[in-house]
Amino acid sequence: IFFSLPLYRFAASTYVQANIAFCLLKKNLLVKSVCVYRSDDLSFALVFVFQKSILFSTATTSSHHDEGGDDKEKISVTFVNKDGTEKTISVPVGMSMLEAAHENDIELEGACEGSLACSTCHVIVMDVKDYNKLEDPTDEENDMLDLAFGLTETSRLGCQVIAKPELDGVRLALPAATRNFAVDGFVPKPH
Amino acid sequence: SMKMLKGREGVRVDIIDRLPTPFGLVRSGVAPDHPETKIVVNQFSRVAANPRCSFFGNVTLGSDLSLSELRKTYDVVVLAYGAESDRSFGIPGEDLRGIHSAREFVWWYNGHPDMCNLAPDLTNTDSAVVLGQGNVALDVARILLRCTTELASTDIADYALDALRSSTIRKVYLVGRRGPVQAACTAKELREILGLKNVNVYIKEADLATSPADKEEMRNSRIKRRVYELLSKAATVHQENNDNDRKELHFVFFRKPTKFLPSEDGSTVGAMELEKTLLKDDGATGKQVAVGTGEFEELKCGIVLKSIGYKSLPIEGLSFDKYRGVVPNLRGRVLSSESETATVEPGLYVVGWLKRGPTGIVATNLHCAEETVDSILEDDRKGLFTDPSGPKRQGRRGLLEILEQKNARYVPFDGWEKIDTKEKADGELKNKPREKITRWNELLEAAREG
Repeated sequence: IFFSLPLYRFAASTYVQANIAFCLLKKNLLVKSVCVYRSDDLSFALVFVFQKSILFSTATTSSHHDEGGDDKEKISVTFVNKDGTEKTISVPVGMSMLEAAHENDIELEGACEGSLACSTCHVIVMDVKDYNKLEDPTDEENDMLDLAFGLTETSRLGCQVIAKPELDGVRLALPAATRNFAVDGFVPKPH
Repeated sequence: SMKMLKGREGVRVDIIDRLPTPFGLVRSGVAPDHPETKIVVNQFSRVAANPRCSFFGNVTLGSDLSLSELRKTYDVVVLAYGAESDRSFGIPGEDLRGIHSAREFVWWYNGHPDMCNLAPDLTNTDSAVVLGQGNVALDVARILLRCTTELASTDIADYALDALRSSTIRKVYLVGRRGPVQAACTAKELREILGLKNVNVYIKEADLATSPADKEEMRNSRIKRRVYELLSKAATVHQENNDNDRKELHFVFFRKPTKFLPSEDGSTVGAMELEKTLLKDDGATGKQVAVGTGEFEELKCGIVLKSIGYKSLPIEGLSFDKYRGVVPNLRGRVLSSESETATVEPGLYVVGWLKRGPTGIVATNLHCAEETVDSILEDDRKGLFTDPSGPKRQGRRGLLEILEQKNARYVPFDGWEKIDTKEKADGELKNKPREKITRWNELLEAAREG
């Protein structure tokens, strides 16, 4: 691939600077070679020849499944179990936390399979900054959260939390039904 | 069963049910117009499909086999038979015709084979009274009020749909002893019934006044706050003209039933006597209780559905707390009595409504099951189930021997699957998810076909 940049007129001294600049560029592994063309009116063109072709893909894959992962954006999600153990998984943007948990054998119940008719996929968003990045729960989700055990101020239903880039690194705690449980010093506040 | 199978390698679980059909309240309790709540049967079916799990339907504890026989056959026996009876008021006229427990009415429209012949009369009156304001009370009120065209595409029992189509009931009263802050229903169900098309909702603004104690209750409970908000909003909605097509739902607060009064025929209920109440703080429990004021009024009705709570049934050889209606237990381990000197019964556990009382939803029972399974696994680790001196328990093989001796024909899970297939096929012809088989003999026949 050729990539040329028209340069403005340089005074003689800047020629030297430009010279040094593109020498450094040449050391860049991506750049195979750099040529300078000087035209009659003293303007320069820097031509870069790259080592390999760089594929730019803006198309999304039609399937949800991971095929090497490069084409669909993924975020990292950590589930913290009731006993304090953690599991970090990779979740494609657009997938719900409930679906992601099931695909990774995390014990998050989903009795009604995401139809907002139960509260068994209740998760606690451990960082309030992440909680605030989520859209407000609908009345229907709030109705189900009313019934969730160990409800906290940052509780959500896992089937309603959808992975998006801003949530990369989010930590979700599975609530302990009958005990207040401290994980990494985090103690869910009783609601 | 799911938690046990996951919790310990090599464990085998047998599920025994007196009905030929599994799933308990999901089949017989959840209302027909709440299909999303029934999705959990998918999870249940996956558990039953586990090779280490077997289902034995049509086997009744107490007649086909006794509790002591079970305890001799299995290392661990878990009682999960719920609550199949009702609390009663104990007031005059309670045995008049036309008075049913909500449980009976729910079993009736859900096609439970014990209630298919209930035949409640929905044509002798325009007014129905539901006593209680919990979710079950809302369920029965809603089924009475909902357009039958909407019910026609649910799994409601066919005879119930017919009865509702010819029902003359136009007004339903939901009567509670206490106020809107104490109503036991939850937001989703309340939102649904308040949003029924063709139904005018009546709530008295005066009933919505809150005391400091009420405000305190709401401060401590998110559910109560949201329920109160919904009721307040509904009270201010301007009611449309009451033409013939519109039905009425009345929320009646601060009234407790004192008598059921007969109608002209002398044997059917014709009206209720209600006493106005006030709320007083109960020093002992800290809760607000309803106290009669001595002012009475009458409410005309032709059918009464009592929805004041279910009750468990005691069985031979099992300790039972008659007052609370549960089996005395410690985190699921059955105790010999409710006294402080009680001892733990080895190998015997309890879970669900029989353990906690008849309240809660699917999720509640999930957590309750976790607690009981944790107790079982703890006891297992302590070696409580291995007795080198006694004979090795036979488990499934022992059960099959007992059933053969008694000539009891059990229904295995694939028997249920045959019932399931037939119900779904019959349902498809009528645009219903299933057409339930509601008679004992037909259920057993369908389980054996093919």
